[in-house]
This record gives sequence, structure tokens and C-alpha cells, in this order.
Amino acid sequence: MTYLKSRRFIGAAFTAITMLSITRTITGNGDLTSTVTIAQALVFASPIALAGLAGIWAERAGVINIGLEGMMILGTFGAGWAGWQWGVWAGVLAGVIFGAIGGLLLAVAAVTFGVDQIIAGTAINLLALGLTKFLAIVLFTNAPGGGQAQSPPIKGEIPTFTIESIVEPLTSLHEKGIFFISDLAGIFAGLFYHLSLLTIITFLLFVMTSYLLWKTAFGLRLRSAGENPWAADSLGVKVVQFKYAAVVFSGMLAGLGGAYLSIASTIYRNGNTAGRGFIGLATMIFGDWRPGGTAAGALMFGYIDTLRLIDTGNQNVKGLILLGAIILFAIGGIMLRRARRNSAIGFLLLGSVMIGAYFSASSFPPEVAQVAPYITTLLVLATASQNLRPPAADGVPYRKGDHH
Amino acid sequence: MNLRRIGTSLIAPAIGLFISLAVTAVILVAIGASVSTVFASMWTYGTSPRAMSLMLNLATIYFLSALAVSIGFKMNLFNIGVNGQYVLGALAAGVVASNLTLPKFASVTITILAAMIVGALWAGIAAWLKVARGVSEVISTIMLNFIAIGIISYLIVRTSIGTETSLNIRGTKPIPESGMLRGIAFIDPGTPIYGFFFISIIIGIGYWFLLNRTRFGFDLRATGKSASAARTSGVQSNRMIYVTMLLSGAVAGLVGLPYLLGDTGTYSLQFPTDWGFTGIAIALLGRNNPIGIALGAILWAFLDISSGQLILEGVPREISTIMQGLIVIVVVISYEIVRRYQVKSEQTSVAKALAKQEASV
Repeated sequence: MTYLKSRRFIGAAFTAITMLSITRTITGNGDLTSTVTIAQALVFASPIALAGLAGIWAERAGVINIGLEGMMILGTFGAGWAGWQWGVWAGVLAGVIFGAIGGLLLAVAAVTFGVDQIIAGTAINLLALGLTKFLAIVLFTNAPGGGQAQSPPIKGEIPTFTIESIVEPLTSLHEKGIFFISDLAGIFAGLFYHLSLLTIITFLLFVMTSYLLWKTAFGLRLRSAGENPWAADSLGVKVVQFKYAAVVFSGMLAGLGGAYLSIASTIYRNGNTAGRGFIGLATMIFGDWRPGGTAAGALMFGYIDTLRLIDTGNQNVKGLILLGAIILFAIGGIMLRRARRNSAIGFLLLGSVMIGAYFSASSFPPEVAQVAPYITTLLVLATASQNLRPPAADGVPYRKGDHH
Repeated sequence: MNLRRIGTSLIAPAIGLFISLAVTAVILVAIGASVSTVFASMWTYGTSPRAMSLMLNLATIYFLSALAVSIGFKMNLFNIGVNGQYVLGALAAGVVASNLTLPKFASVTITILAAMIVGALWAGIAAWLKVARGVSEVISTIMLNFIAIGIISYLIVRTSIGTETSLNIRGTKPIPESGMLRGIAFIDPGTPIYGFFFISIIIGIGYWFLLNRTRFGFDLRATGKSASAARTSGVQSNRMIYVTMLLSGAVAGLVGLPYLLGDTGTYSLQFPTDWGFTGIAIALLGRNNPIGIALGAILWAFLDISSGQLILEGVPREISTIMQGLIVIVVVISYEIVRRYQVKSEQTSVAKALAKQEASV
């Protein structure tokens, strides 16, 4: 089983790098697979990944968490507020605690009182937004270096690691521009270049989640609360307790994601999350409510965001278009082989449109990259939603002994 | 019976309002402000003619947004995409209206239709994804919101749709006065009430009629209560999803128009983009009932407007946002508690009646 899984992972990574490499070779744009790009993509991807992971925890226990955005906002605020006064690690802790409070609120509303979960989550988003804006004015306006909408700079830094002995030779190998080898080198070097301890923690949290939720009795019980809470209850699982634990932990993860954002930009700023909680939710669905796929979705968002923001010669977005076309053609090919003709035609058509766009325009506006991840998510959902399998009792309010 | 139902449906909002006022008071004390001064200031300013006019105007926008959301809610469809639908609708309206030189009635009618069609089409994507591909509308509409914002910023910043409307702000060409619907100033001489205030009342009545007095409305509510039962009795649920989403999107397309045609005359990059989420909250407060929604919209707008001068008391106006958030969360919880209480009291009264019957036999 694990052998099969790791084979699949290596296969997927191999395919992804090959496609990137083809794109890089055709466009001659080294940025696409450079060390710096990958390192930055990890920074952008991590908060989204944490939000997605937070979504997994809540929804695996059967509670839809639309309030992720609000919990993230609370996390950004907690990190700014505590980080400015007592240093960066206090900021991390406060972010996690503030997020947990948001999670607790959702648990009280959705689990104890059985309020519709999407409604409760929406209310939490509203409350978090108002509360943080209010507190920012009260607490930061007269603070040195702060303002009405932002905190003073967070004190101290999270340690980052650069392994020169790996990065330097691989980066020079990347600059040689050899097909596949150079791209692999650039990507690999990116993993060891200014790697934040928080990113490592994020990675470990993913590993921990896959283990806890899928390999332990605790995880089985928690997931049973999301699949069939009544059956779980009849077997003695304390469903309400599991739901509470899962939703509060979900809030903690979202809060950590928020703290990551504030720390990465060294201050708390109103609106810094910019919908990343919702994006995290999308990556969770993209990833079929599983850690691996969720991480892949978050990396996609982070990667595209990075290319958009470091786009100096307006060529990165063009590269992305070509990459998109290649991916669409590849999926179209797979569909053809699986005799799913209609889907195949759709993909090949879309791919051709993108190829046409690639060759007809000399550059593309950044807005294309801005919406690309969302369109990709919709495309994935539209083609794969029949294969996605959310927890069976996701979003269903649970009351002991109330099964109809 | 009816009186009792109205009574219980008012209890929850009353509890919500009370608790949120209490928590707000605690927060105010915590930051060292005087509770009575703050509430008095909100009340005095909030009931001034000018503030009342502003409040009705804002409430008009919220009312339309909440109506759009609640059409979906009635059928258990969560249209979180009102944001995207209304910004695109308002942009389309701005483009259409600025290119029309027709008499006011014709111009405004065409503008309204354009906004409704664009809003409906954008919502239609989510409907198609749900019906044909099984994608949850919650997530697809969230994605579509982001995409809509991207499209708008592209169109305004990089195409000839956008021009410089004022210093460094790009927007659609200004709408000629013949295309505007500024309204009448009957409360405060300096602040007209949007023409859309009256239009939205008509839409509210239409909503009530459609849902409670037509076959379609019956099918819609039936599908919302039990999709499987409705299907068994011959309701085509896929068709219902399309029609409901398109209707919801069409109403959503109107949300930006009161402000566009009554005030700015241009869709610029500074046009508010989050009235859709407000609509969700107000639809919840109003329990999807047009009168409830209207009251909720007025309350919401009152808090928004009346907090406008709080800064004179040294209190951030965002205190009103906290109050709004608290009201929503406490109200939805108390609705649930009241509902449980009702179910329980019904059960006990039925049990009592049965016991009596048995005893007499």
C-alpha cells in the first residue's frame, strides 16, 4: 500500500516536473523553475495549506467550516498584537489561540446548538472582521509604528534555513538550462533556500494529520463522526467531544495560517488574508478532503501567485498559459485513452484555445494569473466532482438520538 | 396560533439585539468609553433626518442583496456568489447606461435589464456546474466571486471600458443625467431617497407573491423542505435549480444599482464589493421573509449609519460591525433554541392529548 502510494507520488512529481520543464524549454523563461520562485511559492502556499488542513479537520468530523476566513483573520490579528509586544513566537501562539477561540465559537453554534454550519461560519467571518478592525484602531493607532489599520512591526524573526552546500551547486546547475535536470535542480534547491521553520512545521502538521486521521483509532473515531455520527454513537464514540476537538483544532490551524501571513509581512494589516480562508477551503475540496491533494492545491495557488508577483518582463503569465495548455492536452489524452470522449474533446478544445492565446499575444496582463487558480479549481471540480467523496455527514447537524 | 407564531419569531431577534447590546456595552467599558454617551450619540445622530435618509438608501441595497440570497435559501441553495453577481451586474449597468441617450424611463429600464441578465448569467454558471457536474454551489460561487473581481479589474484597468473618472481612479464612463435614478428628497431636503427604494418595495412584493401565491413558489418551497418528496410528486429538481439560481442572480444583479444610478454614476474600482455577504446575514435575520428582511436591512443600515459620528466620542465606528456580527450569531442560535422549544412543547401537548384519549377509552 505505502509502496503503491509512494510510487504514485513519484509518478505525479515526475510528470509535473516534466511539464514544467517542457514549458521552461519552449519559453526559455528560467524563472518558472528557479530556486527563488520555488522558495517564494512555499511561503505563499503555506498559509493556504494550513487553512486547507484546518478545513480537513473540521469537515472530516462532519462540520463545514466556512468560518476559516474569520479564524484566519483572528490569527493574523493575534500574531500582530502579541508579536509586536512579546516577539514572534508569542505572536505564533496568540495567532493559534485566537484562531482556537473562533473554532470554539463555531463548535458552540454548530455542534451544541445545531445551527446551520454555513450560517454559523458566515456569522463568524463577520464577527472576526469587525472585531479585528475595531481592536486595530483601539490598540494600534497610538502604538509606535502602528496605525489605524496595521500593527507595529512584529519583533524578531522566525529562523530560516539555507543549506548552501545544496543550494549553490544546484542553482548553478539550474542556470545551465538542461532539459529536466536543471528544472529538477532548481526545484530541489528551492526547498532548501530560506526555508522558514514555520513552513517545516506546516509540513509536519500535514504528516501528523495523515497519520492521526487515517492510521489511528482516534482518527477513525473522528472520521466516523463525519461519516455517520449516529452509528458512531451506537458504538460508544463520544461524537460531540470529537466534533468539538476537531473544530477547535481546525480553528488553531487556521489561526496559525493567519499568524504565518502576518509574520511573513512583518505586521498585522487589515484585509491581509484577502480571502485565503476561502481559498484554503477550495484546496481542501480540490484535494478530496485529504492532506496530500490539499497540499498540492495550495502549492498550485502559491506557485501561480509567485509567478504573477515576480513577473518582471511580463513573460511569466505567458509561461503559465503554455503550462496550462500542456496540462490540458495531457488530461485530454488520458481521457481519450479512458474512452471518455466528451471530456476529452472539452480538454483538447480548451488546450487549443490556450495554445492559440499563447502564440497570438506577446504578453498577458497579471489579471489572467490572478484568476487562473480559481478557474483551475472550478475546472477540477467540474471534471472530478463525481470522483470526489466528501464525508457522508458533512454539514449535517448532529443531535444524540435524533436520527431520522 | 398565528399571533403566537409571530411572537416566537420575534423573541429570537429580541434576544439577539439584547445580548449584542450587552456585549457591546462590556467592550465599551473595557476600552474606557461611556456606554450611555455612545448609545445616546448613535440614537441622536441615527434618528436625524439626514441619517434616516442615508439609512433608507443603504437599507435598499441590503434588502435587494438579502432577497437574492433568500430566494436560494428557500430551496436550500446557498448563493454565496451575490458579490460576484452584483459587481458584474453593476459594471454592465454602468457600461450600458453610459452609452444610452434615451428618455429616462427607457434608459433605466434597459439598464436594469442588462444588470439582471448579467447577474443571472453569472449565477447560471454555478447552476450549470451543480446540475451537470455535481459541484456544490457554495464553493463554485466563492470561486466565481474571485473570478468576477479579476475580470472587472482587467476590464477597467486595461480596456477602453475604463476611463479616468476622478484623480487616479478608473471607472466606467459617467452615466448621463438622463440615465440616472436619483430619487426624491422627502425626509431630508439635502439627501434624496433613491428611486430604487420604491422599485425594491415592488420587488419585495413580487417576491412574496411568487413564493406564496404561485405554483412555482410552492414547488420551490417544497423542494427546499424535502427534495426527494418534491421529486416524487413530479417536481423537476434540476429545472428548479436552474430557475432558482437564475432568479437569485437576476435580483443580485440589481444590488449595486441603487448606488450606481442614485449616487456615483460610474462603476469605479472603489465600488463596494462585499454587500453580498451582508445580504447573507440579513437574509438569516429576516428568516427569508420579505418583511423580516426589510426590518433586518433597516436595523443593519441603522447600525452602519448611526455609528458614523462615534469617532467624536473617541470610539471606532467598527463597533457597529461587532454588534452586527453578534446579532447574527446570537439570533441564529436563539432561533434554533426557540425551534427546539416549540418542537418539544408540541410533542408534550400531543402526548397529553393522547394520554387523555386513552384514559377516556
